[in-house]
Order: sequence, then C-alpha cells, then structure tokens
Amino acid sequence: MHNAVMDLPVLNLAIAYIFVLVLLVIFKRRGIRRERQILIATTRMTVQLTLMGYVLMFVFENPSWWLTLLMLAVMLFFAIYNAYKRVKTAMPPALIRLMALSMMAGYAVAAAVFILIVLRIQPWFDPQYCIPISGMIIGNSMTGIALGADKLCSEMRSKRAMIENSLMLGATPAMAAHEVVNDAFDSAILPTMNNMLTMGIVSLPGMMTGQILSGTFPLTAIKYQIGIMLAILGCTALTVVLFVTLGYKTFFTRHAALADEIHRDEAKSSK
Amino acid sequence: MGQVPVFTIDHLIYKRILDIPHLTITHPVTCIVGASGSGKTTLLRHLNRLYVPDSGTIDYQGVSLDDIDPIVLRRQVVMLGQTPVIYSGTIEENLQIGLRFAQKPPATRDTLAYMLEQVGLAQPLQAYCDTLSGGERQRLCLARVLLMDAQTYLLDEPSAALDPQTEQFIIQSLEHFVQSRGKHLIMVTHSQQIAARYADACIRIEKGRIGGAAHA
Repeated sequence: MHNAVMDLPVLNLAIAYIFVLVLLVIFKRRGIRRERQILIATTRMTVQLTLMGYVLMFVFENPSWWLTLLMLAVMLFFAIYNAYKRVKTAMPPALIRLMALSMMAGYAVAAAVFILIVLRIQPWFDPQYCIPISGMIIGNSMTGIALGADKLCSEMRSKRAMIENSLMLGATPAMAAHEVVNDAFDSAILPTMNNMLTMGIVSLPGMMTGQILSGTFPLTAIKYQIGIMLAILGCTALTVVLFVTLGYKTFFTRHAALADEIHRDEAKSSK
Repeated sequence: MGQVPVFTIDHLIYKRILDIPHLTITHPVTCIVGASGSGKTTLLRHLNRLYVPDSGTIDYQGVSLDDIDPIVLRRQVVMLGQTPVIYSGTIEENLQIGLRFAQKPPATRDTLAYMLEQVGLAQPLQAYCDTLSGGERQRLCLARVLLMDAQTYLLDEPSAALDPQTEQFIIQSLEHFVQSRGKHLIMVTHSQQIAARYADACIRIEKGRIGGAAHA
C-alpha cells in the first residue's frame, strides 16, 4: 500500500477539462443555451477550490483555535446563505433568522459530539480534522434544511385552506400545521437516508475515497465514513427539527390565526 | 331585552373593508346578506377571531374577544368556511376530525349516522371522500361542524353548492338543530329564499357598512 498519494501534475489535470468541452459541444448541437452557465460553474469551481487549497495550506501550517473558528464561521455563513437561496418560496424574515439559528445549533451539537466525544481530536481545533469534517457536516445538512424549508413554505401556502379550516374547528396552530411540519421534516431527512441506503454499493463516498487515495487503510476509512454519515444524519435531523417545529409558528399570528398573505407577498418581492 | 346578545360589535374598523359603528346579534338564527365583496365573510371571520379588528371591540356573550383564548372561542363558536375542506381518509375520519381538533371525545357510529341523515347525505361511513360531489362535500363539512356541539355556529354560505330543494331541507334541518338545542346560528347567504325566511334577523352589508339591519 502506498503511504503518500501520488501528486497530480497540473498539465494532466488540465486534460480532465475535456469533459467540459464535450458538454459544450452537446449543448451547442442540441441548442441548449447553457454555455455561459457551464463556463461560469467550471471557472467558479476551479477558482474556489484553488483558493480553498491555499487557505487550507495556510491554516494547516498555522494551526490556532481562532483561525479554525473563523473558517467554520465562514463555512456556516455561506451554507446558510446557500440554503436560503435554494428555497424557492418566500420566507418571512423571522423564518430566515430561525433557519440561520437552527443550522448553527444543529451543526454545533453534531460537531461537538463527533469531534470531541467520538473522534476525541487533540487539540479540538486541529484544522486537519476539524475543517473537512465540519465542511461535510454543514454541506450535507444544508441540502436537507433547504428542502425542508422549501416544503414548509410551499405547503403552508398550498394547504392554507385546510390549515385555516382546522383552526375554524378549534385546532391549535400546532395541530393545524402538524401534517405540513411532518412532511417538511420527512423531505429534509429523506435524501440523507436514501444516501445511506446505497452507500458502499452504488457510491463510494467522497471522504472515504479521498482517504483511501491518500493511503489510508480501507477499514479505517470506512470507520470515518460511518461516523461522518451518522454525524450528518444527526446534524440534519437536529437542524430540521428545530427549524420546522419552531418555524411553523411564524405563519400564525398571536391570535392563533394564519398570518396575512400580504406580508408573505412583501417578503417575496424583497427577495 | 334582559338577554345578553350573542355578539356585540362596537366601532369596528378593519382595513378599508369593514366599518361597523354598532351591531348586536341576538336572534337564534341570523342571516348576513349583501353583494359579493361587501365584507360578509370578513365580518364572519372576525367573529371566529381569524381576523382581528384594527380598532373597535367585539364581545361574545358579554365578554370581549380580547379576553378569550382564540382556540377556546373557536371550540364554542365553530365556523364553516365557504369552500368545503375535505381531509384525506374516509367519511368517518372526516366527521371525527373536528372533535379531535377540539379535543373532545369521538362520537359513536350511531351519532355519525344520525348527523349524515340530518344533512341528507346517504353515504356509508367507510366510503372515501374522493368521489363526493361538491354538494356532498359541503354537507359532509356541515355534518362535521354540527357534530362538534358548539354553542354558536358561523356558516359561510352553507347552501351555495346545493339545489333549491336540498337547500330548503338543509336550512330546515339546521333551524331545528339550533332551536331544539338552544344554540345560535349566524350565516352568510346569497339565497333570497333563506334571507326571506329570516327577514327579521337579516343584517345587510354594503361596502363594509351595515345597511338595513333589522333588529327587534
């Protein structure tokens, strides 16, 4: 078994861009107007990852708790922003704040358990572990919360008549929104669960692949992978449960009635 | 007088939709009539606390709605919306759901069957609701709220999807239900027939204001 990963010469890497060219040709032939987007996406990926490489080099060479925390804060900020952008339905400001808080809380608990108790990394801020693991946890739970938030907002809107009817029959807002809240939770957690179902059969997950490439014994790599999947599941579940069980309340007034549609539309136009 | 009115409204203003200086509702059966968009439904929703006035007061049996928990109020003053809302499941589940929301014990099968009879809906309890017609849905929703044994009923066009014959049957059935049990019924209606029947307790709303309110 190799102990160090073989370096990838930049020129060789450049050959891989041939796939983008293939895609461009297909787009051109079929008249799909996506050339600009694919070029932007490719460029952004290249630039962002290169920058991240240099940032990580710096952080690894100068390990300190505040640098690690700063990195985590930046990652969380972009994850929150990204999740917010992915929600296609309008969100009231209170719900956006709640989304940010839920993601922070969900990540904090899942990361604390995984990094401090399961992995027992010494020192806790060791960037080599803390940053990539946090990135995976945050990145994956971001998808979940975006799906959950989208479902919550769109169903609160589409099932408005039913929710209001339940209120007329004397239901509390919690009862009236019960089904919508459960649906939102379900759609948030489902991708992670499906991912777990096929893991190891259809896909060899990224972290494990990376570790194996860099010479880690596969049985060690799978232990990390299992751990990280459980941490992702925990983070997603915690984030989403916080978000949906508190979030539905923002759709109701203090008189236990549905908030005015007008406010919704204002929130939408400001987005 | 002596009797406390069911609802007393004073100086109610809501957006530019409603402007009601004073209104009392005392009769067992009261109709709210007026053109489309005049504010009938908006008024009814105020009585169920789905809307809260910008200014002014609404009292239910002498107590301000500000002092009543809206959930508690809605369990005593049940509202039936204009569009029938059917939940997934069987007719039985759809009938019981109101009681469940109001945290009351479920009704017996006999009671359910009796209520279906009252609204003239001849369907088995185990049937699913997907195949029900508009009129049948409306009557199912009506049976659902009647089961809840509320003190006061707010019905928004309970006979809108019904033919005149069924309408008459339903209204008579409702009247009997309300009067024999000492309850109150306030309904928005477009039906001339119904309005004429309760002419002494008709509130006419025109552009958010009370027109020809006739009160004894």
